[in-house]
Amino acid sequence: MIPSFIVENSPALMVIVPLVAAFITPFIGRISSGIRSLWVGGAMAVTSAITLILAFDVYSAGTRLYVFGARAASAAIPPDSGGIPIRIIFEVDPMSALMLVITAVSGFAIVLYSLSSERSHTGLESYYTLYLLMITGILGMVSTGDIFNFFVFLEILSLASAGLIAYRIDGGVAVEAALKYFVLSTIGALAILVAIGIYYGEYNALNMAMIAARMQFSLLDQVALVLIIAALAMKCGAVPMHFWTPDAYSMAPSSITALLVVASQASLYGLFRTVFSLYNVTLNAVTVGWLIIILGVLSMVVGVTMAIPQKNVKRLMAYHAVSQTGYMLLGVGVGLAVLGNQSLLDAFGYMAMEGGIFHIINHAMYKGLLFLTAGAIFLRIGTYNLNRMGGLGHSMKWTMVFFVIGALAIAGIPPFNGFASKLMIYESVFVFNPLLAVIAMVVSILTLASFVKVFHSIFMGPKLPEFADVKEAPMPMLLGMGILALVVVLFGLFPGIVVESLITPAAHALVDQGAYISAVLGGA
Amino acid sequence: MFWNLPLIAVVVLTIIALAIIVFKKNLIKVFLGIVILESAVNLFLISLGYREGGIAPIYTNAPSTAMVLPTPQALTLTSIVIGVATSALLLSFAIIIWKKYGTIDIDRIRRLKE
Amino acid sequence: MRMSKIVRTGANLLYPFILIFGLYVIMHGHLTPGGGFQGGAVVATAAALVIVAYSYDEVTGMLKKTAMKARESIGLLLFIGAGIAALAVGAPFFYNFLANSGLLFGMSVPAGPNPGDLNTAGVIPIMNIAVGIEVWGGLAVILLYMLSGIRKEES
Repeated sequence: MIPSFIVENSPALMVIVPLVAAFITPFIGRISSGIRSLWVGGAMAVTSAITLILAFDVYSAGTRLYVFGARAASAAIPPDSGGIPIRIIFEVDPMSALMLVITAVSGFAIVLYSLSSERSHTGLESYYTLYLLMITGILGMVSTGDIFNFFVFLEILSLASAGLIAYRIDGGVAVEAALKYFVLSTIGALAILVAIGIYYGEYNALNMAMIAARMQFSLLDQVALVLIIAALAMKCGAVPMHFWTPDAYSMAPSSITALLVVASQASLYGLFRTVFSLYNVTLNAVTVGWLIIILGVLSMVVGVTMAIPQKNVKRLMAYHAVSQTGYMLLGVGVGLAVLGNQSLLDAFGYMAMEGGIFHIINHAMYKGLLFLTAGAIFLRIGTYNLNRMGGLGHSMKWTMVFFVIGALAIAGIPPFNGFASKLMIYESVFVFNPLLAVIAMVVSILTLASFVKVFHSIFMGPKLPEFADVKEAPMPMLLGMGILALVVVLFGLFPGIVVESLITPAAHALVDQGAYISAVLGGA
Repeated sequence: MFWNLPLIAVVVLTIIALAIIVFKKNLIKVFLGIVILESAVNLFLISLGYREGGIAPIYTNAPSTAMVLPTPQALTLTSIVIGVATSALLLSFAIIIWKKYGTIDIDRIRRLKE
Repeated sequence: MRMSKIVRTGANLLYPFILIFGLYVIMHGHLTPGGGFQGGAVVATAAALVIVAYSYDEVTGMLKKTAMKARESIGLLLFIGAGIAALAVGAPFFYNFLANSGLLFGMSVPAGPNPGDLNTAGVIPIMNIAVGIEVWGGLAVILLYMLSGIRKEES
């Protein structure tokens, strides 16, 4: 049905299509803005389709290798290289495929949304160019098997995101937020580059599988690990390094904020990939596991307590994003803490990791949805200030429905997807350490309380006179939100199927370092 | 211990750069700190590729096939290219901030908090 | 702001030589140290020289933002196009399908020390040229935008 040419080359095509489309967009924009909308929407649809084809192929046929520049896509090790994979490799295993699914779904929904939410702004060709570059960066980051290539895509992503955060200059305030984000992410990226240099100096390789196979966990490797964890934890907004998150998330256009959530999860993916695939059992699993658990618990608690007093709805949601990132770190950290102990891993480690990974996809969907609803409200009433809103439930019914779905999902109320993943985290973490599970539940209750307040101040109450002529958000925006809401509801109704088909392979792919290595180096 | 000199330079540059980034109040000086940090990292990468008696990896000039692996050079070049883009973006942010705020003192760029 | 006549005449004189040196670095990227980015950066310094020497209005007459933007996009499309062309022969993206094929750029490299032929590296010269065009356009656009950002302060 699908031409084998596309399936075979899908790892390259999913990066080429948005990249080429990004740089043709300025030319298309000169013809007319309608054709540009069609072009960008079409390019993103094609990218999403290719990405989903690849993900489906990976889930059904196993890890895919794509070697750039070789004669055959699977020839990872050239015959005259002495057994070292020298070329840039895309290695897409089920964990990467999960991230690809997230990016494809959110990316498409958000582009539909942007087509009408950004219509009245100028400089749209740069907006779409940078948007497609962000997609390129995320897709590259989650599928590459070469650690330097990871750095390059990370930088593409940072540059494009910084440009988009500053896109609405807004009296310079947005630029200030972008500046904060970009200075931090540049320093973080340089830390990663130093770590890459250390790996290269030590193991003469840049290929992640090759480094993993030679990993000694010497003092230098510990330095490199600390640098990478610090940089990527900062990029995903975990708590001691979270202070850029509320600024950047609240100042970016809402559509971009939703994509920034996905981008932060690509960094989270990088963190997990480093810890599990690069180091795995060589590292001191208990120490590093607890380090990640503590980062997670801090993020959960600090994020939610900072969120409650916020007046700006997007700042509030941004702090909740920090808090939710904590759940993923907690779940996967528990899995890491028992790594190497097969019985504990089987007892609750896998389940904790599945909960954490399931939460990644759930979070991308419901948090994206919430940010998009905030953007729709802003489009109609022109403010993010909670104290000035009220009574919008009368005029923006669909937006309200989507907001309720997102809010209940983030608070972990059944039957939405947040409940499914949080339940898995609670159950498994309770066996590991009951106190952590109690903290997680308390945070969840506080999240619910916070969103009840937000819901009440935005949608409830009598119709305010200044918002008398507010209309429902335009159709493409509702469509974009609808896609995400549909995924939230479906994942909540059928969590068993999702976990079995998407999440469990991903968790096992993370833990099974041997498979990751042998996919590149052959049956070692 | 003579061969350690580049690495010592890397450490010194890194400390200088971090000190500038943390203590200087002028936005342009902070950016220069970032550029110095980039140079330190580039120097680190390029010094990894040094082999005593190695020959430049230029096929037509090398007397034999024993050449230095060009990977660190390629990494450094890529990192320089990214550095150019980074500095350009940072400086254009500085231009906009100067236009909108009338200052580039980081203590006075605080409108987000209000 | 425009510089003195000496500077402007000097810039006029140097301009073609900088261009030629930059193009040389781009063309010989696969034989000698250099390549697309380095050569493109050298070519872009010619634009920087013009920007320093002449006033804003004169510069916008000489270097067009749209032309530079077009160069940036065309360079990138040419680069990716060279990569995609490999897909057409059934190999992965970026496969050097021209190397040793005997066509214009496809001669094989003669063994041993030799001055080197321009047409010996398959698609690599094409990619170098593409990157050169792109960097030229990209850096010039950056400089022009920064110039137009600063100009408002002066007037």
